[in-house]
Amino acid sequence: MVGILEDKDRIFTNLYGVHDWGLEGAKQRGIWNGTAEMLKMEPEWLCEQIKNSGLRGRGGAGFSTGLKWTFMPKQESERPHYLVVNADESEPGTCKDREIMRYDPHRLIEGCLVACRAIRAHDCFIYIRGEYVLERERLEAAIVQATEAGLIGKNSKLGWDCNIRVTHGGGAYICGDEMALLESLEGKKGQPRLKPPFPAGAGVYGCPTTVNNVESISVGPEILRRGAEWFTQFGRANNTGTKLMSASGHVLKPCVVEEAMSIPIRQLIDEHFGGVRGGWGNLKAIIPGGSSVRMIPAEEAETALMDFDSLSALKSGLGTAAMIVMDKDTDLIRAIARLSYFYKHESCGQCTPCREGTGWMWRIMERMVTGEADPKEIDMLLDVASQVEGHTICGLGDAAAWPIQGLFRHFRHEVEDRIAAYRARKPHVQGASLVAAE
Amino acid sequence: MPKAKVNGVEIEFENGMTVLQVAELAGEEIPRFCYHERLSIAGNCRMCLVEVKPGPPKPQASCALPAADNQEIFTNTPMVQKARQGVMEFLLINHPLDCPICDQGGECDLQDQSMGYGRDHTRYEENKRAVEEKYMGPLIKTVMTRCIQCTRCVRFVTEIAGVPDIGLISRGEDVEITTYLDKAVASELSANVIDLCPVGALTSKPYAFNARPWELKKTETVDVMDALGSAIRVDVRGPAVLRVLPRVNDEINEEWISDKTRYACDGLGRQRLDRPFVRVGGKLQPATWAEALDAVAARIKASSAERVGVIAGDLQDAESMKAALDLFGGAGVKNLDCRQDGAALGAGPREGWLFNSTIAGIEEADVVLFVGTNPRLEAPVLNARFRKQWLAGKTRFGVIGEAADLTFGYDHLGAGPASLTGLAKSKSDFAKAFKAASKPAIVVGQGALARPDGAAVLKAAADVAKAFGVVREGWNGWNVLHTAAARVGGLDLGFVPGEGGKSAAEMVRKGALDVLILLAADEIDLKDTDAFVVYLGTHGDAGAHRADVILPGAAYTEKAGLYVNTEGRVQRGERAAFPKGEAKEDWAILRALSEKVGAALPYDTLDQLRAKLFADHPTFGQIDHAPGSIPTAFDLSALGAAGDVSDAPFASPVKAFHLTNPIARASVTMAECAALASGAAKIAAE
Repeated sequence: MVGILEDKDRIFTNLYGVHDWGLEGAKQRGIWNGTAEMLKMEPEWLCEQIKNSGLRGRGGAGFSTGLKWTFMPKQESERPHYLVVNADESEPGTCKDREIMRYDPHRLIEGCLVACRAIRAHDCFIYIRGEYVLERERLEAAIVQATEAGLIGKNSKLGWDCNIRVTHGGGAYICGDEMALLESLEGKKGQPRLKPPFPAGAGVYGCPTTVNNVESISVGPEILRRGAEWFTQFGRANNTGTKLMSASGHVLKPCVVEEAMSIPIRQLIDEHFGGVRGGWGNLKAIIPGGSSVRMIPAEEAETALMDFDSLSALKSGLGTAAMIVMDKDTDLIRAIARLSYFYKHESCGQCTPCREGTGWMWRIMERMVTGEADPKEIDMLLDVASQVEGHTICGLGDAAAWPIQGLFRHFRHEVEDRIAAYRARKPHVQGASLVAAE
Repeated sequence: MPKAKVNGVEIEFENGMTVLQVAELAGEEIPRFCYHERLSIAGNCRMCLVEVKPGPPKPQASCALPAADNQEIFTNTPMVQKARQGVMEFLLINHPLDCPICDQGGECDLQDQSMGYGRDHTRYEENKRAVEEKYMGPLIKTVMTRCIQCTRCVRFVTEIAGVPDIGLISRGEDVEITTYLDKAVASELSANVIDLCPVGALTSKPYAFNARPWELKKTETVDVMDALGSAIRVDVRGPAVLRVLPRVNDEINEEWISDKTRYACDGLGRQRLDRPFVRVGGKLQPATWAEALDAVAARIKASSAERVGVIAGDLQDAESMKAALDLFGGAGVKNLDCRQDGAALGAGPREGWLFNSTIAGIEEADVVLFVGTNPRLEAPVLNARFRKQWLAGKTRFGVIGEAADLTFGYDHLGAGPASLTGLAKSKSDFAKAFKAASKPAIVVGQGALARPDGAAVLKAAADVAKAFGVVREGWNGWNVLHTAAARVGGLDLGFVPGEGGKSAAEMVRKGALDVLILLAADEIDLKDTDAFVVYLGTHGDAGAHRADVILPGAAYTEKAGLYVNTEGRVQRGERAAFPKGEAKEDWAILRALSEKVGAALPYDTLDQLRAKLFADHPTFGQIDHAPGSIPTAFDLSALGAAGDVSDAPFASPVKAFHLTNPIARASVTMAECAALASGAAKIAAE
């Protein structure tokens, strides 16, 4: 493989399924090696190591995983602690967790065990996306293997009892929000709960709970095996480690790849994804983190690095690091309108701005695609987006607003041109003569 | 105490308060739709957004955010104003502009808050969303397009009413509030969702298109449909009572009322006795007041006091009972009774027939035993309190009687008196908990007392109360739950048979009396009596059908009167409308009759009557005071009488919740509800 990361530094060594996913194959790849020693360590030490490694949550928000673990109560009470793994990977364009569960399930299971020790939990739920049928079967089979081998479950020979259960969702995107996920896990309708209380105080069944992404959990044991310093050598300060990255859209070889953080986007695309269709010069824009962040245009992508801070400085975000690459053939307005439809469709309907705003934004976007919209509606749309952003219970409102804001931040002229073009062909539309006069 | 700054003004608050409460404490108005003090916090309308420091640079939902020490709260910054405008706009884009034909108009939170916080124009040019109407039963009218999905109704029925019949289905902009499978809401408290609905989505079906709120004269009074005396407001236009709404009274009904309290009011306009009648030749003929009163007086004068009897009904005010007591008691009549059902109460100390823990005080009880009562039917609002305690996990309940669905969990200890007498020796979990309880309470219903062995059952219940220390230092958990609004007042007056007097059941026997006077007593079987029956009341119900003379009286909304609720709390009802036609207030009729009989009562005004009432019966002077609020010990062994108890299981006196009194039986709405509840009517969806 080309790129910055060498093969010896890869955590996910069976990302493409060429090796055995089962227990034997996992052991050959180093999984379940030294786990007992990790479990002997105090939870504080485990949290400290993960904190020192600089691992930031891989689900999109980028909160320090080690720090999150320390929020759990230091003593077990009559309320049991729970680990909940968020495997409801539904972000458009994102399929990194799928590859882990499909080809490397034992890495996740080992991670669950270690994380459970770090947060003093004996029960772990893996909430997997309903559409991931094969992955669920793999995961369940792997759990059976690990249980039969005495690694997990009661009287574990590794020294920490941990019962792992797989629950699958019904296919709602909103259940990927940790609070909605907890509701759904309890058998209720997937609508995000209010924060506070945070899960570490009152999570699933009202008990202290930590919710982590599959990737965040899976990399834990490997960091402990190799040491936090090993992990910190990759990427820039505050953006350390390796990360699964992927591309979809107009690249020649769309795939998932593990790379060091802070790799330049151009290098990532050119070396791993076979380059942009028609060459770098044909690139128009990239949505770097799933669909729920603002897009960046080609000229910014030229110099941007694939990490949290670089992208947020560009008013975008790393998200799930699953970039959607769009070349110059792309109708960006249409692409964003389609995303708006997605968010309108997936809004849970609980709180007002998202319930009403997502539908409104989508309808305006659809008219912008055809050019039927009024030019003054552009500013109105941005105002509506700002009324949704930051006013909702969960992050879906933000996620619905950002793609639209990204579009107008960089490509407002395209929308204006389209509206003008539409009007130019329709002399009976009010204002058409003004457009023609310009 | 922690301190916070609200718009720069420092204010102290109690730990555990939310930002919204702290802001209100400081006198700031926070608009809201989903937040309601008595429901769980949903935080979904996003109208109550405020800015807090320290905090993220975005507005926060104040209803769900715990206030912190040294927090700075801003309710009037540009960020907050923009946020409110935005939320208001979102709520309105799909809300129909049908205020002119909406029953909520004039008392609509959305209307008011859009005036206060909204924009003056719309920017929404898409088509508005339309939502299909839902069937929620005969009381709740739905116009679901108006719904803003605040989920107050969902939270009310699941949390307070305990009947999860309403829910939010679908998602995104397609979410809809609905009863599952178009089912009527099967709760006695269902119509409270109409008050809770901040918009016109759930409105009152019987009141639909009847009036605008500003046309109504509003009178604050008390309810007589059960023995709780819930605080109500009666809205009247001209002579007609158009609706009854709850008032807040934390001591009794919090802010809920039962469907019967709310909707029996259309019975006030039907089947009314609006003029006197005298039976001539077997037929009731209209008569003048003079003719009717003369006919009655002649009969009374012709009879000896032993052959005259008076039975007071369940809705009677204390003043008219006092007037009857003075008139007939003064003439030596001993056949007096206010207990149509024959409940074995009225002897011994007053505490013996009261709900001593008080309605609000029952929340302190840790174990409660129900004997022969179904509080869900007999006092739905009180039942909601029991459910609240049960949800909080604070109280354990045991039932001796019917194993009905009370909307909360309980230990069913048995159906009849045997389980009661055996409780002291029982080794059941409940008996152990009851023994160990620090504030045990027993609730004895009329189902246990209004039966031939009622006195023996009362004694057995008192023995249980004694054995388990229900009455102890600083706590009196002996509670009698009445079903009639007039009952405690009657018992307090001593409106019970005197020495050698006949009870109600004895009075209606063949040949027992020459003259039987019914003060709106309709719940007693009159088929055997051959006496001359005088009916003083409001409705053409059982009593009027048998009557020889009808003296039309005033219903509870048409007279000022005192009512004593099951706690022994004296409450004053006020007049909201005038009596129908020629009808008069009950006490005035008795005053006029006294003149005809030749024993004029010594009062000419209600005030004089009340003065005498207070002088003779000092407890009536303590308006709004619940005697149980200061727990007093009393001798439980004075209650009831030794005797054999039968094996018959206890049954609630309330068979049909919606039809327990003449007003409710005259109500079309109640008839519809009763048919639905009994399964006689098929629901609309079928």
